[in-house]
Amino acid sequence: MTRFVAGRIGVYTLIAVLLAFFTIPLLWLATAPFTSDPSYEVRLPDFTFENFQMIIEHPYALWSLVNSLVLSIGTAVLVVVLSALAAYALSRVRLPGRDALLYALLLLSSIITGTAAMVPLFQLAIELNLIDSHTGLILILSGGLLPAAIFMIKDFMDTTPKSYEESARVFGASPLQIVAHVVVPLVRPGLATIAVWTVANVWGNFLMPYLLLSDVDKQPAAVIMYTLYTEGGQANLKVLSTFGLLYSIPVVIMYLFVSKKYGFRFHGGIKR
Amino acid sequence: MAPVTSPPDPAKVTDPPPGRYSSDAAGLGRLRAGAFVAPALALIAVFLVFPALWVIYLGLMNYRLTGLAAADPKFVGLDNFLQAISDPGFWDSTWLTFQFVLGSAVIGQVLLGFTIAWMLRDWRGPLKRIVEGLVILAWILPSAVVSFLWVALLDRDSGTLNALLGIEGFAWLLDHPMLSIIIFNTWRGTAFSMMLYGAALGNVPPSHLESARLAGASGWQQLRDVVFPHIRGHILTNLLLISLWTFNDFSPFLLTAGGPDGKSEVLAVHVYKTALQSGDLGYGAAISTVILLINLVVAVFYLRLLRSKR
Repeated sequence: MTRFVAGRIGVYTLIAVLLAFFTIPLLWLATAPFTSDPSYEVRLPDFTFENFQMIIEHPYALWSLVNSLVLSIGTAVLVVVLSALAAYALSRVRLPGRDALLYALLLLSSIITGTAAMVPLFQLAIELNLIDSHTGLILILSGGLLPAAIFMIKDFMDTTPKSYEESARVFGASPLQIVAHVVVPLVRPGLATIAVWTVANVWGNFLMPYLLLSDVDKQPAAVIMYTLYTEGGQANLKVLSTFGLLYSIPVVIMYLFVSKKYGFRFHGGIKR
Repeated sequence: MAPVTSPPDPAKVTDPPPGRYSSDAAGLGRLRAGAFVAPALALIAVFLVFPALWVIYLGLMNYRLTGLAAADPKFVGLDNFLQAISDPGFWDSTWLTFQFVLGSAVIGQVLLGFTIAWMLRDWRGPLKRIVEGLVILAWILPSAVVSFLWVALLDRDSGTLNALLGIEGFAWLLDHPMLSIIIFNTWRGTAFSMMLYGAALGNVPPSHLESARLAGASGWQQLRDVVFPHIRGHILTNLLLISLWTFNDFSPFLLTAGGPDGKSEVLAVHVYKTALQSGDLGYGAAISTVILLINLVVAVFYLRLLRSKR
C-alpha cells in the first residue's frame, strides 16, 4: 500500500514537472501582449490592449499576416486540386509503373528537404526569375508538399467504395462529372485534412520565404517575426509579443477545429 | 475487359462498352488518368526532383554567388567534396549535428514522449487533455514564434528561467548553445513521439499486461517483457522519422544562428552560411549532397521497415 502511495506521488510529481516544462516557455506569449511595458520576464499583465493598436499601425506586421494567408491558401488550393486528381487516377487506374512511382514519391518527399535543397532551389528561383514572387514560392512549396499529399489522399480514395462511381456511369455521367459530383463529396474529409496540413506547413515555414523573398512588403509573418527580434538593436517587445500571438492564433484555431471535427487522427507524415 | 462476343452477363452490366472506356470504376481510361497525374508530377519534377539532381551537378562546379566564378563557373570534379573532407568546420558541424540528433531526438523526444504516453495510458479526463494539449501546442506553434519564446525564456538578465533558478546573468545561449538547442528541440518535438506511443500502447492487449501483473512482474518487467515486444515496430519507425526530421531541422538557426562562433552550427545551418551567406554555392552544394545521401540511407531503411510490416 505504501509502495502504491509512493508510486502515485512519484507520478504526480513527474506530471507537475512536465507541466512546468511545457508551460513556462509559453507563458510569456500569453502575458506580454497584454502588459503595457513588457520585459523578457513573465509578469502578471495589466490587461491593456494598446499593444494591439501598435500592431495595426506597424508598417509590415499586418501585411505580413496577409502575405502568410496568400501563400498558405494559394499552396493549399494547388496541392489539394493536384493531389486529388493524381491520387484519384492512381487509385482507380492501373497505370504502368504505378507502384514504382508511388514508392519513388514517398522516398523523394522524405529525403529532399528544404535543408538539402536550399542551394539548388535558390539558384533555380534566380534562373526562373522567381525571387520575390509569391507565385514562385507557391509553386516551390507545392512541389515539396505534393508527394506526401498524394500519398495521404490516395489512402482515402482506396477506402471509398467504387460502386457509386459505377452506378453514376450507368446513368451516363462523364469521368469529370463523376470526379466532381461523386468522388469529391466522398473524400471531403480527406481533402480537408490535406488542406489543413498544407496551410499549417506553409504558415509556419520559415526557410523558403526567408531564402526567396527579400522584399519586406512580400515577406510572410514567419520572416517578419525573425526580423523583428534580430535586427535593429533593442527588440520592441510590445510589437513582438503581440505579433507573435496574432500569428499563432490561427494555428491553434485550426488545430482545435480539426481535432473537434475529425478527432486528431494519427497521420505519420503530418509534419515535416 | 469483357470479350465482345459473349452475351452481356447481368452481373457485369456496368462493364463499359469496349473501346470507349477502360475497365476502371469511373471509366477514366489510361490517357485521362495520365492527364490527371501529369500536373502534379510536373510540379514535383521541376521543384523537387530537378533540384535534387542539380545539387549534385552544382557540387561538381566552382559556382559562386558573386564574382568571376559566378559568371563563368568551371567544372572542378570532386574538389568541393575533398575540400569538405579536409575542412575541420565541416567535421565540427557533423559532430554537432550528431549531438543534436542524439540528444534531442533519440534521447529527449523518445524518452519524454514515451514517458508521457505511458503515464497517461489509463487516464481519462481534463488533466490528460491539458498535458497532451500543452505538449501538442509546443509542436504546432510556428517555429519563428517558439524560437523567440525561448530567446525570452533564456535571456541572460531578465529571462524567466534565470529568475526561477535564481542565477541571473547566466548566459545559456552564449555559454551552452548546444544544450540550449537540444532542450529546445526536445520541448518542441516531443508531441509526435507522445502521440505515436500513445497509439502504440493502445494496441498492447490489456490481458497480457494483466497476467504479467498477476504473475508479480514489476513495472519495469512489464515494460520489458510485455510492452516493448509489442511496440518494437513503432519504436523503430519513430526513431527513423524523428532522426530524419531533426537532422534536417533549420530552427536552431532561429535560436542561435549557429553561434556563438559556430558552436551550434549544425549541418543545416552550415550549408546556409557557406552557400548563401558566404556565397560559395559549389561547396554548399557538395555538403547538401552529403545531407541528401544520409537522408537517402535513413529513408530507404525506413521504407524497408514499412514494407516488411505489411
